[in-house]
Amino acid sequence: MSRTRCTRRLPAAAVAAGLALALAACGGGGATTSADDAAPSAAADQLNPNADLRKQSLTITIWDGYSPKDLPQQVEKKFGFPVKVAIHDTNEMAMAKLTAGPDSGVDVAFVSGQYAQALNEQGLLEPLHPELIPNLANLFPEASQLSYDKGNKFSVPYTWGTTGICYRTDMVKSEPKSWNDILNPPADLKGKVTMMTTERWLALPALKSLGYSINTSDDKQLAEAKDLLLKAKTSLLAYDDTTFGEKLDKGEAAMVEAWDGWCPTTNPKIKFAIPQEGSDLWADTMVVMKSSKNKEAAHEFINYILDPAIHSWVSENILYKVPNKAAMDMLAKNKPDLLEANAPLKMTPADLLKGESIIDLGEASTKYTRLSTEVSASQ
Amino acid sequence: MTTEHDIARPGAATGPLSGRSPRRARVLGRAAARLAFLGPGVGYLIVLLIVPLALLLSYTIFRRGRFGGVVYETTGENFSRLVDPLYLDVFLGSIQTAAITTLAALLLGYPTAYAIARLPRRWKTIALVAVVLPFWTNFLIRVYAWVILLSGPGLVNEALTGIGLIDEPLELLYNQGTIVTGLLYSYLPLMVLPLYAAIERLDPQLREASANLGARPARTFWSVTLPLSMPGVLTGCMFVFVPCLGNFVIPEILGGGRSIMVGNLIRDQFLKARDWPFGATLALAVIAALVVLLFLQAWASRVYGGTGERRA
Repeated sequence: MSRTRCTRRLPAAAVAAGLALALAACGGGGATTSADDAAPSAAADQLNPNADLRKQSLTITIWDGYSPKDLPQQVEKKFGFPVKVAIHDTNEMAMAKLTAGPDSGVDVAFVSGQYAQALNEQGLLEPLHPELIPNLANLFPEASQLSYDKGNKFSVPYTWGTTGICYRTDMVKSEPKSWNDILNPPADLKGKVTMMTTERWLALPALKSLGYSINTSDDKQLAEAKDLLLKAKTSLLAYDDTTFGEKLDKGEAAMVEAWDGWCPTTNPKIKFAIPQEGSDLWADTMVVMKSSKNKEAAHEFINYILDPAIHSWVSENILYKVPNKAAMDMLAKNKPDLLEANAPLKMTPADLLKGESIIDLGEASTKYTRLSTEVSASQ
Repeated sequence: MTTEHDIARPGAATGPLSGRSPRRARVLGRAAARLAFLGPGVGYLIVLLIVPLALLLSYTIFRRGRFGGVVYETTGENFSRLVDPLYLDVFLGSIQTAAITTLAALLLGYPTAYAIARLPRRWKTIALVAVVLPFWTNFLIRVYAWVILLSGPGLVNEALTGIGLIDEPLELLYNQGTIVTGLLYSYLPLMVLPLYAAIERLDPQLREASANLGARPARTFWSVTLPLSMPGVLTGCMFVFVPCLGNFVIPEILGGGRSIMVGNLIRDQFLKARDWPFGATLALAVIAALVVLLFLQAWASRVYGGTGERRA
C-alpha cells in the first residue's frame, strides 16, 4: 500500500494546484466548484460485508467532548471491536496527524468539510461504501448537497451549522440584520463587539458585506475586505474565537460573530441572527482513511453514529444541529423544550443550504493567513 | 567512591606529590565521574532538544507543504519574507513590549528582592515562598483571573463605580497596557529570585566598610550594592525578557487578539497557516536574537562579576 501512495502524491498535488487555479479563475463566483470534479477518486477497496468485526479494532480522532464519553464501550459491547479515541484540538492538528506518514494509524477521522476535501485530493481517503452504511437513509436529502463533497462520496456530515451574529436583546437597540452591524456598530455599541480571529471567519463578515464569495482568492476583493476589517477593528472589543459566549453572558459584549452552536441561547436574553447578506455553511464530517486496515469496522462505526439515538446526543448535549432527519425528529419529540429555548437548533436544512460552503483553497489559503496577520498586527 | 571524594574536594587531585600512573588513573576516574553525572542530562538534551531543533531549523530552507509539513525543494523565500515590514513590525513591537516589561520588572523586583534579603531568616523563607506561590496555579487560570478582574463588568470596575469614583466602567482590558501588566505579573518572580540570590550573597562587611569610609546609604547602594548585584540583574532581565518575547497566550487573552507578538506569529504559522517552513524561520530569527542577547549578558556579567569576585 505504501508503494502506491508514493506514486499517487504527484498527481494529487497537480490536481490540487489545478483546483486552486480553477477557483482563482472563476473568482470564487459561488460554491459551484464541487470537490468531486477534481477528486482523484482512488479506487475503492473490495470490502467484505460479512467480515468478522471482532478481529478488527478502530482508532478514531475527534475533538474533545464531541461524542458520548462511553461511545467506545457502547460500540465494543454491540459489535465486539475495541475503539481507541484520539483527540485533536483543531483541524490543523488533525491534518498534521493524518498527513505526517504513510499510515497515521487512524481509521476514522472527524474533520471539517474543507479538510475532508483536502484529504481526499491527496488520495488519503477511502471512498465510502454506502451499502455498508444503511443508516445514510436517516440523513436529510440536503446532507448530500454539500459542495465540498456532493453525494457524500468520501465523507459523511456529522454536524452542520452556520455563522451569524449572537447578541444581547437587552443591550442592542435594534436587532442586528446585516454584517455591517458588526463591522460598523452604532455609537453606543462601540467597544462591545467581538469578531472571530480564525482567518476564514475573520474575513467572512467583510466578504459577505461586500457581496463577495467567502471562497474568493481575488486579490482586489480581499484588499477591499481588508480595508473594511481594519476600519471595523477600531470599534471592536476584542477578537475572540472561544470565549465570545461568556463575554455576551457577562454583558462584556453586546454583539459577537458566532457559530450557531456556540451562541449561548440558553440565556433568554441572548439571540442568534443570520445577516441578510448570507453566511457560510460549515460541516464537520466523518471520513475513513485509505490506510485503515479496519475498513469494515470503520463503516459499521459510522453507521452506528448515524443511528438517531446516538446522533441526537450531539444536538442534545452540545447544541449543534446534526444533518440526520431521524435524529432531529426524535429530538423534537423527546425534548421540545430544548428546541424551543435554542432557536438555532430549529433552522431547517433548506435555510442552512442558503449558506455558502467553505472550500479548501489550496495555495490561495496563504492569502487569508496574510490578511488575518495584517489585520491583527495593525495598530 | 574515591572519585566522588575528589569531586567534593577539587584541590585534592592537583597535589604535586602524586606519581604519574596514579595521577593518570585519577584523571580518568574523574572523567568517568563527569560522564556519569553529565551523561543523562546531556543525553536527554541532545536527543529531545537539539535533534528536534535541528530538524525544525532544517525546514527553513524548504517550501511549505500544502497540508502542513514541508516539500523538500530548497528555497530562500522564507528568509526574504522575514524582512517584510509586516513581520518586521511585529518583531520590533514584541521586542519593545518585552523590554518595557523587563524594565518594569526590574524596577519593581529590585526593591522587593532587596527587602527580602534583609529580612530575618524565618521571614525570608516565608517571603520567598510567597514569591513563587503563583507558580502553584496553572498559568492559564491566572491569566483568566485578570479578565475577571479587569473586564467591563469586572471586579475592579464594580468596586470603582460602587464607591462612586467613576460613572462609566473604564476600559481596562484588551490594550497594550494590559499585555504588559499580564506579562509583568507572570514573570516578576523570575526577576525577584535571581536578584535575591545576588543581593543575599553580598558580604554585609562591604556595606559597613563603605559606611565607615563616610558614604551615605544612597552612595553605598550605587557604588557597592548595585554593581555587585549586577550579575543578578542581568540574569533576572534575561529570565523575564526571553519568555515575554515568546509569549502568545497573554496577547490573545488579555490583549483580546487586537495586537500580536512574534510568539503568536510563530504559533499561527504552525497551527493555522500550515506554513511550517516560515514558522521555523521565524523561530530561528527569535533564537538568533536571543543568542546574541545571551552573549551580551555573559560578557556583561563577566565584566561586573569579575570585579565582584575580586572584591569579595
